[in-house]
Amino acid sequence: MALAKAQILVPELVVNEAAPQADQEGLYRLALWILQRFSPIVAADPPDGIVIDTTGADHLHGGEEVMLEALVGRLAMSGVEARAAVADSWGAAHAFARYLAKPTFVADPGTGLSLLSPLPLEALRLPVAMAGDLRTLGFRTVGELHRQPRAPLALRFGPQLARRIDQALGEAAEPFDPVRPADQVDARRAFAEPIAAAETIARYIGKLVVDLCAALEERGLGARRLDLLVHRVDSRLQAVRVGMALPTRDVRRLTRLLCDKIETIDPGFGIEAMVLVAAIAEPLEMKQAVNSLMEAARPDVSGLVDTLANRIGGRAVYRIAAVASDVPERSVQRIPAMAPDTGTGWPDHWPRPARLLARPEPIETVALLPDHPPASFTWRGVRRRVRRADGPERVFGEWWKRDAELEAVRDYFRVEDDAGERYWVYRAGDGEDPATGSHRWFLHGIFG
Amino acid sequence: MRNASAIASLRALHEVAGGGPGTVDGAAAALFSAGIAARTEGPVFWICTQPDLFAPSLAQAGLPPDRVIYVEAGDDKTVLACTEEALRHGSLGAVVAEVASLNMTASRRLQLAVEGKRTIGIALRRWRRQADAADFGQPTSAVTRWRVSTLPSAPLPVPGVGRHRWLVELVRARAGESADFELEACDEQGRLALPAELADRPAAAGGWGRSAAG
Repeated sequence: MALAKAQILVPELVVNEAAPQADQEGLYRLALWILQRFSPIVAADPPDGIVIDTTGADHLHGGEEVMLEALVGRLAMSGVEARAAVADSWGAAHAFARYLAKPTFVADPGTGLSLLSPLPLEALRLPVAMAGDLRTLGFRTVGELHRQPRAPLALRFGPQLARRIDQALGEAAEPFDPVRPADQVDARRAFAEPIAAAETIARYIGKLVVDLCAALEERGLGARRLDLLVHRVDSRLQAVRVGMALPTRDVRRLTRLLCDKIETIDPGFGIEAMVLVAAIAEPLEMKQAVNSLMEAARPDVSGLVDTLANRIGGRAVYRIAAVASDVPERSVQRIPAMAPDTGTGWPDHWPRPARLLARPEPIETVALLPDHPPASFTWRGVRRRVRRADGPERVFGEWWKRDAELEAVRDYFRVEDDAGERYWVYRAGDGEDPATGSHRWFLHGIFG
Repeated sequence: MRNASAIASLRALHEVAGGGPGTVDGAAAALFSAGIAARTEGPVFWICTQPDLFAPSLAQAGLPPDRVIYVEAGDDKTVLACTEEALRHGSLGAVVAEVASLNMTASRRLQLAVEGKRTIGIALRRWRRQADAADFGQPTSAVTRWRVSTLPSAPLPVPGVGRHRWLVELVRARAGESADFELEACDEQGRLALPAELADRPAAAGGWGRSAAG
């Protein structure tokens, strides 16, 4: 539609010049952002797409669906309306993101053809003219096209059509060129003969780490995240990602972390090049070592934390910090293992149980209202007579967090049974006013 | 501990388990281990499969939150692998591993990892079911084996629960004798104490000090 016609139809039309160059740069910046957060292999797919190789990256974010939701959610927060799909091949994911995703879509492995068949021809990334010609010939969906013999179509439309169909079905390889920030620190090595043995890979990892650490030292940086990109002879790209709790350029430690992950590399017919990238690098200043005459050196456990975190996941290694809350389950929070010392603790005038049940378990009690501890209770089918008890310790609901806690009250008691087992039980409610709670009893913790 | 050789033998692998229902919840055993870890120098690694430890209680046993790094592993095998890694590091104060199964091979690996280091390794045995606890009799290469069960707390002249008490049994000690003690639970410095009626009995009755913690 001509601009003049549009302006007549809508009198107060706002007109902006198209800026394809700026759009492309924006897309590239977005790809870099995803590169740092989601996966080591990301490429911009102009004009409006970003292609991400999620192999080996999805489990770090809790699975494919969770990762897509997180990605789309975070983009939405910054004002970008995005749709995302995961599929076996780039072509299929491209089509599903544009025609099936609302706003996310995960295709199960091997379902590519059945899902692609009903989609319109445009889903195949064909030039506009070619799609128009195919429509003139009576083709409407990908499935109809796929069922036709290839040769006449190739004669009429050239090899591109068949290639696009094969790429969408994952039958033809489609390498892509990952984005690479301009100021990225990396080290690369190409091999005259493809390598495949684990020992050889380990040796070259060692050499790459030395090169990378020298480059990092020149710039005064330390690596927080390393990506090892492995280019195979069949032009597949594999990535190994390791993270560090603190910036580091210690050759031995980084080599060790990467070598722990060699078993995840599938060399196939051989590896022709390896690139080691410092995906996140932070300033690492030289520091005066602590003199043993002045004060004792604090043991450095960041290497151990990195080893364990890369083996079992970064979220599984943590410290616990105090939170100013009287509600027991909210009084603790997890912080990164190498976070600076908080120096805070919990008030210690009430004993706390060694084990806190994730969810308070209902118990049957015999108790006098309003403020007596139970005389006996039954937990997990065992009836226990209470010999001694201490309490109540009254905990009020945090009305500023949830409306339901406006009047909520818990009365905690420490009770000891005949055998000397000590438990932490509470009554929901203050024993008089039903608005404060259900007056049911729960067991919340076990004392040592 | 009375002499230097006793302290040297602490730098080894020890096994601690709860008694009775404590085999499943391991609450007293955890605090006993925390008390020991609290009195070492350096960071403490606590490696477990179930994250149900309540950090404020460790702080009350003398182990402030800044000193403890928790590692949450998926299964026993991973717990043992992480424990070995942590013990090999060498500059930690103590490593506590909550495991159910510990056979001769696994414990031998841990014992070899801790030898010559200044770290104390504690295998906190904790089972899914009380019946599985029969496993505790199987031979391992831990230097000592302890069982910590709860006892009724110290009687108070007023209603309430007094200082917690444990029955601490030394089930096995390499080149040593077994013994059992009735002790009061850890205080804020991680120190155990003898119950008052035991500590204050006439001197002729035995050569006990006032505190077992020393």
